[in-house]
Amino acid sequence: MSLVAPKSARRPLPGWVEIVILPLVNVALAFLVVGVIVHIIGVDSFQALKLLLVGALGSSEAIGYTLYYATNFIFTGLAVAIAFHAGLFNIGGEGQAYIGGLGCGLAVLAFDRYLPGPLLILLAVLAAAAFGAAWAAVPAWMQAWRGSHIVITTIMFNFVASALMVYLLSNVLRPQGSMSPQSRGFSEAASLPSMQAVLKSVGIAVAPSALNLAFALALLSAVAVWVFLWRTSWGYALRTMGHNAEAATYAGTNLRRMTMLAMCLSGALAAGVAVNELLGVHHRIVLDFPAGYGFAGIAVALMGRSHPFGIVLAALLFGALQQGGTELSFEIPAMTREMVVVIQGLVILFCGALAHLPRPWLQALVGRRS
Amino acid sequence: MEETLTFVTLTLAATLRVATPLVLCAMGGLFSEKSGIIDVGLEGKMLMAAFFAAATASLTGSIWAGVGAGIVAAEVMALLHGVACITYRGNQVVSGIALNILAAGLTVVLGTAWFARGGQTPPLGDSERLMPIFFPVARDNILVYAALLSVPFTWWAIARTRFGLRLRAVGEMPLAVDGAGVSVGWLRYRAVLLCGLFAGLAGAYLSMAQNAGFSRDMTAGQGFIALAAIIFGKWRPFPAFGACLIFGLLDAVAIRLQGVSVPGVGEVPVQLIQALPYLLTLFLLAGFIGNAVAPKAAGIPYEKEH
Amino acid sequence: MQSLTAGAAAIELRDIDKSFGAVHAVRGVSLAVARGSITGLVGENGAGKSTLMSILYGLYRADAGQILIEGQAVDMASPRDAIAHGIGMVHQHFMLVDTFTVLENLVLGAEGGPLLARGMAAARAELMRLGREYGLSVDPDARVADLSVGEQQRVEILKVLFRGARMLILDEPSAVLTPQETDRLFEILRALRERGVTVVLITHKLREVMAVADRVVVMRQGEVVAERRTVDTNTDELAELMVGRKVRLDLDKGPPLQGESMLTARGLSLVDRRGVRLLDSIDLDLRAGEIVGIAGVSGNGQTELLQVLAGIRAPTAGRLEVCGRAVDPDHPIDPAEMRELGLAHVPEDRLRQGLVAAFEASETSILGYQDQPPYCRNHLLDAPAVGRHCAELMRRFDVRPQAPGLRSSHFSGGNQQKLILAREMSRLPKVLLVGQPTRGVDIGAIEFIHRELVKSRDAGCAILIVSVELEEILSLADRVLVMSGGRIVGEVSADQADERTLGRMMADA
Repeated sequence: MSLVAPKSARRPLPGWVEIVILPLVNVALAFLVVGVIVHIIGVDSFQALKLLLVGALGSSEAIGYTLYYATNFIFTGLAVAIAFHAGLFNIGGEGQAYIGGLGCGLAVLAFDRYLPGPLLILLAVLAAAAFGAAWAAVPAWMQAWRGSHIVITTIMFNFVASALMVYLLSNVLRPQGSMSPQSRGFSEAASLPSMQAVLKSVGIAVAPSALNLAFALALLSAVAVWVFLWRTSWGYALRTMGHNAEAATYAGTNLRRMTMLAMCLSGALAAGVAVNELLGVHHRIVLDFPAGYGFAGIAVALMGRSHPFGIVLAALLFGALQQGGTELSFEIPAMTREMVVVIQGLVILFCGALAHLPRPWLQALVGRRS
Repeated sequence: MEETLTFVTLTLAATLRVATPLVLCAMGGLFSEKSGIIDVGLEGKMLMAAFFAAATASLTGSIWAGVGAGIVAAEVMALLHGVACITYRGNQVVSGIALNILAAGLTVVLGTAWFARGGQTPPLGDSERLMPIFFPVARDNILVYAALLSVPFTWWAIARTRFGLRLRAVGEMPLAVDGAGVSVGWLRYRAVLLCGLFAGLAGAYLSMAQNAGFSRDMTAGQGFIALAAIIFGKWRPFPAFGACLIFGLLDAVAIRLQGVSVPGVGEVPVQLIQALPYLLTLFLLAGFIGNAVAPKAAGIPYEKEH
Repeated sequence: MQSLTAGAAAIELRDIDKSFGAVHAVRGVSLAVARGSITGLVGENGAGKSTLMSILYGLYRADAGQILIEGQAVDMASPRDAIAHGIGMVHQHFMLVDTFTVLENLVLGAEGGPLLARGMAAARAELMRLGREYGLSVDPDARVADLSVGEQQRVEILKVLFRGARMLILDEPSAVLTPQETDRLFEILRALRERGVTVVLITHKLREVMAVADRVVVMRQGEVVAERRTVDTNTDELAELMVGRKVRLDLDKGPPLQGESMLTARGLSLVDRRGVRLLDSIDLDLRAGEIVGIAGVSGNGQTELLQVLAGIRAPTAGRLEVCGRAVDPDHPIDPAEMRELGLAHVPEDRLRQGLVAAFEASETSILGYQDQPPYCRNHLLDAPAVGRHCAELMRRFDVRPQAPGLRSSHFSGGNQQKLILAREMSRLPKVLLVGQPTRGVDIGAIEFIHRELVKSRDAGCAILIVSVELEEILSLADRVLVMSGGRIVGEVSADQADERTLGRMMADA
C-alpha cells in the first residue's frame, strides 16, 4: 500500500508550509472538532482546558504520570513510524505489545529466583523485544513471501494475541487458588526502578508516580531509531524501500528481507509498552495492559510526522491529554477520559486520512502572496 | 429425539442470531470493497449506529426513530470515509482506523454526558426494542430477516444490475469505467453509502434487538469478523454469508462448550474457538486454503491522468 | 492536402497546437482524413503523434486549433464527446476489466438499462453481428484474462464498434502482437474500411503502414513533415522523413581501444510469468574501452535487457559473464553484487529507479553504494562524508544548484541525470550500462554527458548505451546493435551506420 500522497495532491507547496504549516493546520482542525464536541456535551471548553492543563502539569506527580503515559505512546509511535518509513502499515502494535508482555513475563517468571536485578531486567527487556518481534515477523513473512496484505493480517493477529493471552492467563499462568486471570507477582528484583527513586538518589525530590526507568528507555529508543533510520545503511535501505521500492531493488536491497527487518523492529518497539507496564507498574502479567496504545501509536506517528523527535513531542502531548483527561473526568463527571480516545481518532483522521484537506486553501493563500 | 431436535433448532437459531450483524456488516462491506474502497471501519460504523439507535430509541420511545438514527449515524461515518478516501484520496486504512477509534471514544463520551451511566444508554423496554415476529424462542426480529434477505439482494445487485456491473469494474479497473464515461467517484460514493446503510442496520440490531441498550465497545470485534468473512468468502455474497454462519456457529458453540470436555480431545479452549475466524482467515490469506484475491484496485485512490 | 483526400473529410484538424510546460508537443498541425480510409500516422518516439490523437479523442485539450468531424466544428472536452461523435480509440494499454467476460466488458458504460439481462442479450446479438461482419469473432463468455493479447485487442475494437464508432484510432496496435496476430488485425482493419469505417493507425513500423494504409502522415518534432499515398512512397523514403536529416553532434572521439571482453551474453532469454518472451537468445559482447549502442523502438526488450544485465531480473535461460563472474538461471546475482564486480548502471527511468524523489541529493548520491566506504563503515553512515561526496560530484558534473541538502525532486531532469551519472561514473566502473543517457535533458547537458561518456570509454570502461534517440547512438557508439521483438536483429559498425539503415532495421521487424 502506498502511504505516500497521490501525485495530484502533492502540487508543490513551499517547503516550510509543507513541513510546518500543513501539519499544524491539520492538528488545529482536529482540536477544533474536539472543541465542538466539548461544547455539544455542554462543558465550557476553556474551563476544561484549564483543568486539563493543571491535571497534566500542575504538580510533580501529575507530570510524572504524564511522562509515564507518554512512555507508552513513544514506544508505539516509534513502532508505527519505523514501519511507515518502510512503506508498511503495522496495525498490530496492540498484539505485539501484548505478546511482548508474554515474553517479558515468562523471562521474569522463569528466572526471577536466580538472577540478580539488572541482569533479570535486561533479560526481560530482551525477551519482550524478541517476542514482540516474533509476533510481527509472521505477518511480515506472510506479506513478503505469500503476498498477504499486512494491514489485514496484523489486525487478525491482534485478535489472536488477545485470545491467546486470555487463555494463557486464565488457564496456564494463573497461580493455583487465584481467581483473577493474571500471573503470579514478579519478585522485587524484576521491578524497574521508579523515577522517584532514581531522582532521589541524585538528590531531587519528586512525588511518587508510575513513572519509571522505561521512560529513559523510550527516549533512548527514539534516539536509536533516529540513528538507525538516518545514520545506518540499513535504515537508508529501509527508507528507500518505503519511498520507492523499484529504486530499492535497483540499489540491490532485498525487499523481502527488508520487510522482515522493518516489521521485527516495529514489533520489538511496540513491546516497550510491556516493559513500562509490567516491569514498571503491574509487576505481573495482566489482562489487556496494551489498552489501545498500539492503535494510538498511529495517531502519534502521524502527528509526529514519523520523525522520532516529532513522535516524542506528540507522545508528550498525548501523555498530557491522558493524564489531564483522567483528572478532568474527576472534576467534571460529564467529561470522561475517553475524550482522549476521541482526540486520537480525530488526529488520525485529520493528520492521516484527510491530510490533504487544507492543501487547496493553503495553496490559494500562498499563491496570492507570491 | 425430540431433545436433539430442540437442541439443533436452538443452536441454529442462536447461530442466526449471532450471525445477523455479521451478515449485514459483511454485505455492506462487500459493496464498499467491491468498489475498491477498503473498509476496516465497519466496526466503528456499527458501534456508532448501535449507540445512536439505542440513545434515540430510549429518548423518543420510537423503535423506528432508533433504527433510523442508527442508519444516519453509520451514514455520517460512511460519508466521512468517502470524503477522506474518494474526494481527498486519503489512505483508506488510516481513515478506517481513525473512524474506529473515533467511534470507540465518542460513543462513551456522548453516552456519559447524556445519560451519566458510565457510557451505557438506559435499558430499553420491550416497546422500544425490536421484538420477535413469529417465533419468540428463536427471537426472530425483523432485522434477522433483513439480514437473510440482504444476501440475495447483494448478490442480485452486484451480479445482475448495471450498478453492480459498474461497481465490480470500478474495483478492478477504474480506468475502464472512466474511459466508458462513467464517474468513478460517484460510483464509489454510492457503494460507501450502501455500506453505511447495512452497517447501520447491524448496529441497530446489536443495541435494539440482541441487547436492550448500548454498552461500551459492544461490537467487540464483530466488524472485523465481518471483514474476515468477506475475505473468507472471497468477496462473493453467498460464500461470505456462509462464512458468517460458520463464525456465528463457532460463537454459539463456544458459549455452550465452556468447561465441557469433548471426548477424545479434552477440553477445548473457548479462546481457540473465538480466535478461529481470524486463524482461518489468516490461513486463507497465506494461501494454504485456496486463494483469496481482493478487487485489484482496492486501496488505491483513483486519479485521472490529466 | 485536399487533393489527397477524396470526398468529404471524416476528420479534419486545423492548426492544432499543444504544449506541456516547456515542451511544445504539437506545433500547428493541420490534417484531414478521408472517410473509409486507413491512414498511418508515423513518427519517432516523442514526435507528437500520440498527443495529437489524444487531443482528437478528448483526453487532452488543445491550446489552439479546431477539430471538425464530418465538416462540423466540435468541442472535444472529454472522451465522452468523442464517443458521441463516433470516434473510438484503442489504446496501447488495454482498458479492459480482466475478471470480466467479453460481453461484460462490451456493455460496460452502455448497458441499456438498470437491469443487465435485457441489455446483455441485445449486446450478445450485436456482438455476433459485428463478429460476422468484420471477422471479429470472440467468445462472448470468455474471461478477458484468459484471452490472448490479440483477442483482447479485438475486444477493444468491438467495444468501440459497439458504441457505434465510425472512426477508429489505434495506438501502436501491433506493438503487443505476434506477426500472425498482426496479419489478423490488418484483415479486420481492411474489413472495417470496406464498410466505411475510418481508421487512423499510430505506429512507427513502416512496413506495416505500407502493408495496410492508404495514406501515410509523417510527424517529426510536433509537426507534420510529409503526407504520402502509400503507392507513391517506400519504407526508405519514410524512414528518412521520420528521422530527418539531423546534424550529428560532433564528438571529437578517437578510435575505440577494444580491450578484453568485460561482459559476455550467450543465448540470454527472459520469459515472463504469462509466457511472453521478452528477451530471445541475446548474444552480446562488450569490451573494455568501447561504447556499444543498442538502438530500437522502445518496448522491444531493451528495458528487460538492461534489467538482466544489471542483475535486477534473473534470466530464464542462457548465460552471462560479467568481469569473470558467470550468471545463469541457476546462479543468479543481485544488483549489489554486480556493483561489487565493477558494474555500474544508469537506469532508463531516473524517477522510478535512479533516485528517490523525497531524498536529499546527498542521499541520492549514494543510492546503491550506501554500504561502501568512505560513506559507510560498519553500516554506519558518515553524513559529512556523504555530503562531501555529493558536493564533489556536483562540482565535477556541474549539477545545479550545488546544494547537497536539497530534495532530489527539486532538481531539473538534466541535473538529476547528471547527478546519477556522476554517482555511477565516480566509482570508475569496469562496465557501465546507461539507459536513455539524455532523455528529457537540455542540449547543453547532453553535450556534457556525451563527452563524459567518451572520456570514460577512453579510460578503459566498457559502456553499453540503450537509447531511442538514433542520433545519440550514432554519435556515441563504436558499434550499434539493433533490437526488435526481444532479439538483436542486426549489428552495424559506427562508420557504416546511418539513420536510414538503422531506421529500416528497427522498423522491419
